[in-house]
Amino acid sequence: MAITIAWIAVIITVITSVGLMLVRDWRWNIILLAFQYLGVFILTLQHWPLGMASVKVVAGWMSAAILGMTRSGLSNEDSEAESVWPRGRLFRLFAAAIILLIVAVVTPNVDSMMADAGFPVTNGSLLLIGMGLLNLGITVRILPVTIGLMTVLAGFEILYSSVEGSVLVAALLAVINLGLALVGSYLMIASNAQETESV
Amino acid sequence: MSAPTLWIIVPLFLGVFLLFIDNQRILSVLGGLFALALALIAQFVPIELAMKLGSFSLKIDSSLIVLGRVLIIQPAEGSLLALIYSAAALWFFGAEAAKAATRIVPMGFMVIALMVASIAVQPFLYAALFIEMAILIAIPMLTTIYAPPGRGILRFLVYQTLAMPFILLAGWLLAGVEASPGDLALTAQSAAMLGMGFAFLLAIFPLYSWIPLLIEESSPYAVGFLLWILPTITIIFGAGFLDRYSWLRSSPQLILALRYLGLLMIVTGGAFAAFQRHLGRIMAYGSIAETGFSILALSLDFRLGIPILFLLIPARALGLAVWSLSLTIIKENVETMRFGAAQGVLRITPLAGAGMIVATLSTGAFPLLAGFPARLALWESLSRVSLSAALWMTIGVIGLLTSAFRSLAVITMAEEYTSWKPRENRTQMTMLGLGMIGLFILGLFPQSVQYFLADLPLMFEHLGR
Repeated sequence: MAITIAWIAVIITVITSVGLMLVRDWRWNIILLAFQYLGVFILTLQHWPLGMASVKVVAGWMSAAILGMTRSGLSNEDSEAESVWPRGRLFRLFAAAIILLIVAVVTPNVDSMMADAGFPVTNGSLLLIGMGLLNLGITVRILPVTIGLMTVLAGFEILYSSVEGSVLVAALLAVINLGLALVGSYLMIASNAQETESV
Repeated sequence: MSAPTLWIIVPLFLGVFLLFIDNQRILSVLGGLFALALALIAQFVPIELAMKLGSFSLKIDSSLIVLGRVLIIQPAEGSLLALIYSAAALWFFGAEAAKAATRIVPMGFMVIALMVASIAVQPFLYAALFIEMAILIAIPMLTTIYAPPGRGILRFLVYQTLAMPFILLAGWLLAGVEASPGDLALTAQSAAMLGMGFAFLLAIFPLYSWIPLLIEESSPYAVGFLLWILPTITIIFGAGFLDRYSWLRSSPQLILALRYLGLLMIVTGGAFAAFQRHLGRIMAYGSIAETGFSILALSLDFRLGIPILFLLIPARALGLAVWSLSLTIIKENVETMRFGAAQGVLRITPLAGAGMIVATLSTGAFPLLAGFPARLALWESLSRVSLSAALWMTIGVIGLLTSAFRSLAVITMAEEYTSWKPRENRTQMTMLGLGMIGLFILGLFPQSVQYFLADLPLMFEHLGR
């Protein structure tokens, strides 16, 4: 039963992480990020007790809320800075498919390296790391970069939870997640300052 | 009172408290005095030793338990804390002259507290988490909320954040290597993870592209502060790995890798600095070469390399402080720091121009300046191991010196009959003057800092003994 739920969580992470790559509307990005943390929570639950695993989802949702609230107060124009980067959905989908393929291939090796963390845990984790890195590689806008970093860290946290059960680590990782969201918000406000001035 | 409370918790809360003060002078003086007080306590009040003050008995415990884990500051680490906090005092006193006290002092205290926590935490590999928190706090120090952030700041955030997972996973894998030392695959995996983590953290070639970008976008003083504190503590953290794992320490491949990486940083830093046409970018590449010198010191016989590594720290702190303060003042008075715009700037910022040149020369191992004694010792020790490596180091140093002379030529290249109109204020002149005198004193009398440095290798169990 637990394995089935874990695979459902992997499917959630596939949908949310690919969705984060494709969707350009910030509202959907925030919603997908929040759902992604649900998947992270279920996968972390495979190795951590409920109380500690729920720290992930609470911190993740708080981070998503911070980003969403900040973005909602800013103008809707997208930065021109990204025009040199690939924008097409088809390109992103193709890149995501390659990541999925790579993750499928390397999962068994990484799983054995990570003290048999469990296939769904390793798979979900690598998927998030891969998608997060891909996201970081194809955008220079602050919100997607922040979400990309949070996705990479979420993937790492799943994998790390299988080998480390320290309360201090859980607390510090939660603080780092919230800190990343705050820094992302700060930078979004800063980047909006010039737009506001120039209007 | 415990040592982690005094040197981690107190500065952390002090930083938060100082956020509410917006007077540059008060912040600078308060921050500098507090940092100096912490440095003096670290140097003169022994940890884990009861002291009698009249009818009172005072003892600073070495450990503090936080969420089931321990923050521990060993008695041997007192000198390191004194060095860090005295350098912090220097940066905070100079912050008023750079007009950056409102950002540097509060955030600086928090960053330093977290970096000290990264040395103190047990198990020590959790340090990566504290370093990441310091990185996040550093972002508001580098950019204001009133100006759009550039590419450099995003790249800084991304690269430094990516280091954390690698270091944490490497720490876990290293524990496995300790349990089964014969497992070569595991050893290779852990070494690769560790290498990637430190490559991101120390901005090792080619992952240092954020440094020149950042210095163009942000206040040179704030960037200089980070380029001092982050690599300094990270190198000590890295040396901790070597100290703890005997297979790492005794691995000839790792020693070779450290040597090649150090040389790569020095040569690329020196060469790129020589060809830059932007005063700020020259400092960026100079600091990259500085990190290269520290990595190179780690590749030597540890009995020689570790004292050299510690000797590099004060010179780096003072050199970068003078360099970045000078650049901040120059930036105030010119349109951009490009050579074209900075021509003849010596006539309006004579001390800042001189400070910049002296600091560049110090980084380039110019005789009688602060950087010279440590680099000379490094050079000599390196030449005993490999003459070709010493030659490569020479190439890097020549690059740095070339950049210094090019900068000198540019800032003195004023139009004929241009009069001298210094625009530096009294605080700026005082701080720059003191900083330059300090660079000469460290160069002429390197033994003056031995009082702080002599006991530093004792913080390691195996290195430097």
